[in-house]
Amino acid sequence: MNIQQKLGNLTMQRMHVGKGYAHDSAVKHVEGKAIYIDDMPELPRTMHAALVLSPVAHGSLNGIDASEALALPGVIKVITAKDVPGHNDVAPILSGEALFAETTVEHVGHIVAAVAADSFEIAVQAARLVKLDITPLEPVLDVELAHKNKSYALKVQHLIEGDAASAIAGSEKQFEGTFRIGGQDHFYLEGQIAYAHPGEDRDVTVYSSTQHPSEVQHHVAHVLGVPAHAVDVQIRRMGGGFGGKESHPTIIAAIAAIFADSEKRPCRLRLRRHDDMMATGKRHDYVINWKLGVKADGRIVGLNAECLANAGNVADLTGPVITRTLTHLDNCYSIPAADFIGHACKTNTVSNTAFRGFGGPQGIVAIEGIIDTVSRKLGMDPNHMRAVNYYGPDTGEKTPYDQPVVDNRINDVVDRILQTAEWERRRKEIDAHNATNPLLRRGLAMMPVKFGISFNLPTLNQAGALVHVYMDGSVHLNHGGTEMGQGLFTKVAQVVAEVFQIDADKIKITATNTGKVPNTSATAASTGSDLNGAAAFKAASEIKARMIEVAAKQLDANPDDIIFADNSISGNGKSMTFAELANRCWFNRVSLSAAGHYATPEIHWNAATLKGRPFYYFTYGAAVAEVAIDTLTGETRCLRADIVQDCGKPINPAIDLGQVEGAFVQGMGWLTCEELWWDKEGALRTLGPSTYKIPGSRDVPEIFNVAILDDKPNHENTIFRSKAVGEPPLMLAISVWLALRDAVSSISGGRLAANLDAPATPERVLFAVEDMKQRVTAGSE
Amino acid sequence: MNPIRFHINGRLTEAFVRADMTVLEWLRSNPQTCGSKEGCAEGDCGACSILLANPGSDAGDFGAVNSCIMLMGQIEGCSLITVEGLSPNESERHPVQVDMAENGSSQCGFCTPGIVMSLAGLLNRNSNPNDEQIHDALAGNLCRCTGYRPIVEAAKSAADKSIDRLAKLAGSAIASDDASNVIGNEDSVFFRPKTLTELCTIRSEHPSAALLAGGTDLGLGVAEAKTRWPMAIVTAGVGEMLQINEYDDHISFGGAVTWERALPYLHRLYPSFATMVRRFGSTQVRNMGTIAGNIGNASPIGDGPPALIALGAIIVLASVDGEREILLEDFCTGYRQTVLADDEVISQIKLPLPKASQQFRVYKISKRYDQDISTVCGAFSIEIVDGIIANAHVAFGGMAATSQRCPGAEAALNGNQLGMELIEAVSAAINAHFSPLDDWRGSAKYRDVVAANLFERFVRDVAGETVEVMAL
Repeated sequence: MNIQQKLGNLTMQRMHVGKGYAHDSAVKHVEGKAIYIDDMPELPRTMHAALVLSPVAHGSLNGIDASEALALPGVIKVITAKDVPGHNDVAPILSGEALFAETTVEHVGHIVAAVAADSFEIAVQAARLVKLDITPLEPVLDVELAHKNKSYALKVQHLIEGDAASAIAGSEKQFEGTFRIGGQDHFYLEGQIAYAHPGEDRDVTVYSSTQHPSEVQHHVAHVLGVPAHAVDVQIRRMGGGFGGKESHPTIIAAIAAIFADSEKRPCRLRLRRHDDMMATGKRHDYVINWKLGVKADGRIVGLNAECLANAGNVADLTGPVITRTLTHLDNCYSIPAADFIGHACKTNTVSNTAFRGFGGPQGIVAIEGIIDTVSRKLGMDPNHMRAVNYYGPDTGEKTPYDQPVVDNRINDVVDRILQTAEWERRRKEIDAHNATNPLLRRGLAMMPVKFGISFNLPTLNQAGALVHVYMDGSVHLNHGGTEMGQGLFTKVAQVVAEVFQIDADKIKITATNTGKVPNTSATAASTGSDLNGAAAFKAASEIKARMIEVAAKQLDANPDDIIFADNSISGNGKSMTFAELANRCWFNRVSLSAAGHYATPEIHWNAATLKGRPFYYFTYGAAVAEVAIDTLTGETRCLRADIVQDCGKPINPAIDLGQVEGAFVQGMGWLTCEELWWDKEGALRTLGPSTYKIPGSRDVPEIFNVAILDDKPNHENTIFRSKAVGEPPLMLAISVWLALRDAVSSISGGRLAANLDAPATPERVLFAVEDMKQRVTAGSE
Repeated sequence: MNPIRFHINGRLTEAFVRADMTVLEWLRSNPQTCGSKEGCAEGDCGACSILLANPGSDAGDFGAVNSCIMLMGQIEGCSLITVEGLSPNESERHPVQVDMAENGSSQCGFCTPGIVMSLAGLLNRNSNPNDEQIHDALAGNLCRCTGYRPIVEAAKSAADKSIDRLAKLAGSAIASDDASNVIGNEDSVFFRPKTLTELCTIRSEHPSAALLAGGTDLGLGVAEAKTRWPMAIVTAGVGEMLQINEYDDHISFGGAVTWERALPYLHRLYPSFATMVRRFGSTQVRNMGTIAGNIGNASPIGDGPPALIALGAIIVLASVDGEREILLEDFCTGYRQTVLADDEVISQIKLPLPKASQQFRVYKISKRYDQDISTVCGAFSIEIVDGIIANAHVAFGGMAATSQRCPGAEAALNGNQLGMELIEAVSAAINAHFSPLDDWRGSAKYRDVVAANLFERFVRDVAGETVEVMAL
């Protein structure tokens, strides 16, 4: 079945919006003609840079000896903290997060210096010749040790609703436990890169593989000590981002810019995979300690959750990541009394950062793991415990952070997935299979996801766009969103095509550019098309309104009767092409350019109390996963996954479907085969694809039924009533982890909960199996 | 010394570069061939994949290789196709390109050129691949965006449309005899002997020169900018060493035979070994990597040796003084140490043919099924005569500094009947013999438990049970 057939009735009435257009660069991708930053033709006298990284997890930096590196023919310059012309600070939210280490090194891979040379190879070799004089100090490598030492990168966040302690104490049954949840490397295929071109004065143009050009612009300016207007940042496309290019590209861009500024020569800094994985952040690993009070019927009375997030050596984006964990610990469940606390534990590991889901996945892993554990202890089907705790469909029940859950689609997605995945039949079959005590056991699990859409901080929920119509009727489209593969540019172009009713190929999609649209937010939090689509809609609509005036005069028609359709404009029985009208507008001195700005309405947030309405709306999804485990080796396989995802009324269902599938597989990797492994000295030893294993094509479930919940326009007034899709489906992969737990539980007839953390590598699964066998033998619990 | 000559996208080219430059670096230095990407520089992500046909091979016999770890000195006389060559103009896209573009098979697009090349390589050799063969072809390509399904679907829909697409790009392939013997420049020179005698002579004259077979390990050092090879001897053109010969009691694989070429033979003789070899690196790596290289490299985690040792493989070491044969199990003397003399090469690997009474299985345990390095690799070979086990060979990789046999386990097996009763004794012997290490692939404890449990898998497997999740 091809993609168009699969989409069926999702492709619908509008001309462009709602159509499953291919990614705008699809042909360029397959022909190898899409230009990434490293493919840009090299300007004469381009320098190549490489980083000097700390080999020590924690130590006093006494000195840096670059003499041997500088003696290497072809080496141009070595820079350290002392050579930063402006501020040695790249903190995305706070301050005091150094670009180059100053007096201490705080993790293996901490950037201490950088080398520029005539060639990439010389730069890499020279970087290895820079000698660092470091007196090692005791590192803190463990999040629980950091918590014990009260070593935090930020002050605590505490979300309180009711009196959870009393509610739990007074409840009919109490349970507690701990989940350890591993981190994840983004493994974008294109490593971090920036290419800086010096201009006149101290201007610099930086081509940066970034999800956040405005932040790169402001940080480069800050580091160089020049106004923001001196820095122009551009990005046409990234080779993947996933959050990894939200805050960390500033580091890469700033170093390239310092060299370009000081030498007045272009400078390219590209991290090889090994350096990229050492020096840039990942998904936060967490330890979550929990206590739950329930009624005998499974209804949650109160939840206490202590979330220890591994910030790494600096805060970076850890604050809002924790906020999202705390606001997603409820997932789909009404929790009348909540005490959620989040600590940003400071450790001597690389600073963790944004990663698709941004703290939400860890919160949802915890609550789903809690339900899996507690329901079994109650002798209850986990899905039954889920069902009795769902937010009421129409009641507008409030989350622990006070936002009412309206337009609740939990039952829509859950009912549908249980039916299409044939839950009842397969549950029985799998139980029967496992009852014969086989070597290869199976597991089955269902889970829903509710995910809040908007940046938690209301300020960030704004976007700009710039649209020009040229006098030949072709259109130049620009906006603050960035393209990392998610198809944002295609979707926004569809919005503009819809406004003007012209073919999408009349619209030139252009590189994101801080000189065209200023002060933008990161393309993150799944908000790319909500925000930029709306901004582009406004810009295009403004031009269209002016064009209507001209058309009305030209066609001698009432402006209300002017119709844009099929590349032409008609009224009063006459018509003209879009290009002709554009030309008339120019001739009549009517502006064909407009900037649009959009700010998400109705959201508010009190960061001190963690209360408010941080999310414009919620999006929903549900998944059923079936797995098999080998009880002799711990090897696992996901045999089947069924997914339904709420996308509102999709702008491009084909692209949304790709997001759903890709996010699910990425989430599956996080929870199964992707393991970050540090040695005892604090060095990450999984530094490339040979040791860090992301899913391959064979790991995708053989039966993989993915659907978009149809005919469900967003009840909020988003662009064409669509919903965000980038992150939410990643969390549907938690069903795979739950199914693995179910398979292990089957050794006890489903009675006992598995002691299985994430990622569920073969080793963890095997040890969970052995643990389960021992508990069954001992007749425990 | 000669420049390196090869065809690229049908055009004969001469490169005046050091022989140990990576092919990817050379390609990316030209804006016309920037479609091939560097994703990892360790031959694992496949973004750099190109197609290669060897000198003298049938026109159009292209297979995918990783250009990031392939050195320029290896492509003398070869014909290469890059993603640019697949679509010389708009009306002439490869069916894989057409179907991938139409089917949502790319998102960020960075892995896409490599995936296009792997699938074009697959369809060139197999116009009607099944799902397993598509996964085999994609095992060396990582995509972080799509979740792969639209890629696999495009591969299916493009099948049958790709007949003879590549042959015309082969150019007039350079005959193997015309390939130069000495190539590169003063910074790095590679010798390409064409006969075993030439090879042995050069080896004795230049004992410090690296022996380069598939280069999947030596090229890695260059890709990481850690190693240079000022002088190397490429074995890929040595006629005798490219031969595969079957005899009454054994099959002989020449020292330059790649895993991909050996695969059909292994599949016929030892299907369990072939299943493991399909998980060995990737198609790209198997198209380059040789059996001899996997042995000579003497890695403790090489996947070939445990199976080959359990099967009683013999290797032939050749030098100007003649040949000698040794059991493979005697080849490695310690971590990365072997009995190979400075003037010797591995010229052949002799593998005994299976006996009717023989049961052989090899199991690879890793975090990911495809293209991962073994945490533990266990191989079991026994003969059952009148219900009694004889000639047991049990060998493990990943459990010690070298792949090695476990005499205690073999003793516990020989003379007994195969059954669950043996599990305790054999498992105990395995755990008594090995003291594995902790690393990122698994803890020592995990390795111990798994190695012991693999014997239970063997017993159940021989009894006909389904023992692997991938078989479900």
